[in-house]
Amino acid sequence: MTSYILRRLIEATVVVAVMSFVIYALIGLMPGDPIDLMLGSDPHLTSADVARLKALMGIDQPLLKRYAAWASAALSGDLGYSRLYVRPALAALAAPLGRSALLMGVSFVLTLAVALPLGIFAALRPGSRLDHAINLASFASISLPSFWIGLMLILVFAASLGWLPAGGIADVGGGGLGDRARHLVLPVITLTIVGFGTFTRYMRAGLLDVLGQDFIRTARAKGASERRVMLGHALRNAITTVVTIVALSFGGLFSGALVTETLFAYPGMGKLIYDAVLGNDYNLALAALLLATVMTLVSNLAADIAYAAIDPRITYR
Amino acid sequence: MMRLSPRGGLFARRFAQNRAAVTSAWLLLALALAAILSGLLQAALGLRSDIVDLHHRLALPSLAHPLGTDELGRDLLLRLLEGGRISLEVGIAGALAAAVLGTAIGLVAGYRGGWIDGLLMRATDAVIALPLLPLLIVLAAIDLRKLGLPAELARSEVASLYRIVALVTLVGWTTVARIVRGATLSLKTQDYVRAAVGLGAGPARVMLVHILPNLASPVIVATALSIGNVILLESVLSFLGLGIAPPLASWGAMLSGAQETITIAPLLAVYPGLLIFLVVVACNLVGDGLRDALDPRTLQSEPWT
Repeated sequence: MTSYILRRLIEATVVVAVMSFVIYALIGLMPGDPIDLMLGSDPHLTSADVARLKALMGIDQPLLKRYAAWASAALSGDLGYSRLYVRPALAALAAPLGRSALLMGVSFVLTLAVALPLGIFAALRPGSRLDHAINLASFASISLPSFWIGLMLILVFAASLGWLPAGGIADVGGGGLGDRARHLVLPVITLTIVGFGTFTRYMRAGLLDVLGQDFIRTARAKGASERRVMLGHALRNAITTVVTIVALSFGGLFSGALVTETLFAYPGMGKLIYDAVLGNDYNLALAALLLATVMTLVSNLAADIAYAAIDPRITYR
Repeated sequence: MMRLSPRGGLFARRFAQNRAAVTSAWLLLALALAAILSGLLQAALGLRSDIVDLHHRLALPSLAHPLGTDELGRDLLLRLLEGGRISLEVGIAGALAAAVLGTAIGLVAGYRGGWIDGLLMRATDAVIALPLLPLLIVLAAIDLRKLGLPAELARSEVASLYRIVALVTLVGWTTVARIVRGATLSLKTQDYVRAAVGLGAGPARVMLVHILPNLASPVIVATALSIGNVILLESVLSFLGLGIAPPLASWGAMLSGAQETITIAPLLAVYPGLLIFLVVVACNLVGDGLRDALDPRTLQSEPWT
């Protein structure tokens, strides 16, 4: 087990190293460069100035040399300065990270609270009308574009009825707990609607799979109550797959929901990445993408370890 | 033994029993036909879906514009049909390209084994583990001129179409690769494959002639199931302004335009989304029906939040 975790950690580190280079190279391929941006705001710059500035900042250096310089600075904790937020990139990440974790955390709990019971009900009566209805609902959930369902919620609850705010995190002059909660409602509902289908399908499939196995028949044959068969035997075993999927989703807590956050103007990590990429904030985009990548890999690792911890049948090489 | 090749008659009968899948297949066919016919009709009647008419913005439905016009005065019905054509084109092309890449990688990994397998599967795991949407945003934003493409080509609308297909291929090959690798591992120990090797067939011949045909049904199922996801991904990127470039129409881009006028013309925001939803549901139901008829193993799709 320890050697397995160690090997996975080494693998993850390699992936992070490779990805940091890939992301660095990709960011370099985005339109323009920092000097071009200065050029736009200062018409007095001559082409000689531009060449001098590019040499000064090292932009004329080959890619590998630039990456090495960036990586050594990054390893010592210096990820550069954010152009849009006018502060160090790492400092600019802190608040959006918290907001994304809040939004994703609340939606995640609600999604599971909706999805798991639905999956269990469907699996208890396979082929029934309830099962069909739940199946159809899960299909709809998986197929719904989040930005459209969000737009429809805005149309009904914000534009027409005026019950809830259409976006942001707080009213101007507001900012109390209730105000902030009101701003969370529509994005959370959006994420729940587009998210529950996947979990419901996993829960249903996992439980059906377990219910068809011999030890369930044995438990019933020796006279265990249906309640005990379900809670003590079936659910315990079915939950392992679900726990893996749940752990896999934890990465989302830190990379945010890019589309939903952008639609609702919710300033989390997803919107930050979108704004940084479109706003040519190279340092911030780089730092945010790297953070999202690291967090996703860590949560994947956690998923595998959790899987091993709850299912003793899994052995690791 | 697992049956990997389709059995025509049985397959058709099983698929026909699945009412949801059959209805969905007809719906997709009807939309594809309408999209093709709309192109012909536009050419015949001299209509264009991309003509901007600022004097008739947000017009109500009329004889000239059955569903009214959008925020730039373009005919909404024609835009919707054009968007449908693009969505289906991108969905099918993207899913096929990803399937080809995934099949090639899975086939080589499974058949060659050893360090090649290890490397390819670690790469597959790594791609699966990445936060894909944020990375796609960057990929969609890169300046093709910096890759040496001429400026004219890099800015053209066709480039935006190819770019989307390329992006989808880059992130979508992993599912097929895993399935193909698994099936190849079991197929290469079969007697008939060993016989072929014994008769002197080279690795390329064994992979392409003896193994590949037997992978048809799992690959078809995975490809069909991914079409809906690809269409969803295209609409997401277009909604964010990073997908299909105007004057080409895209349902995602139409929704992003409709955001501005949602209070005065709410229907502009309803139609494109409804169509995305219907097409993606239909694709998923057809894929599900194909799987039930061909290959009982479960494949899942992830939502693009």
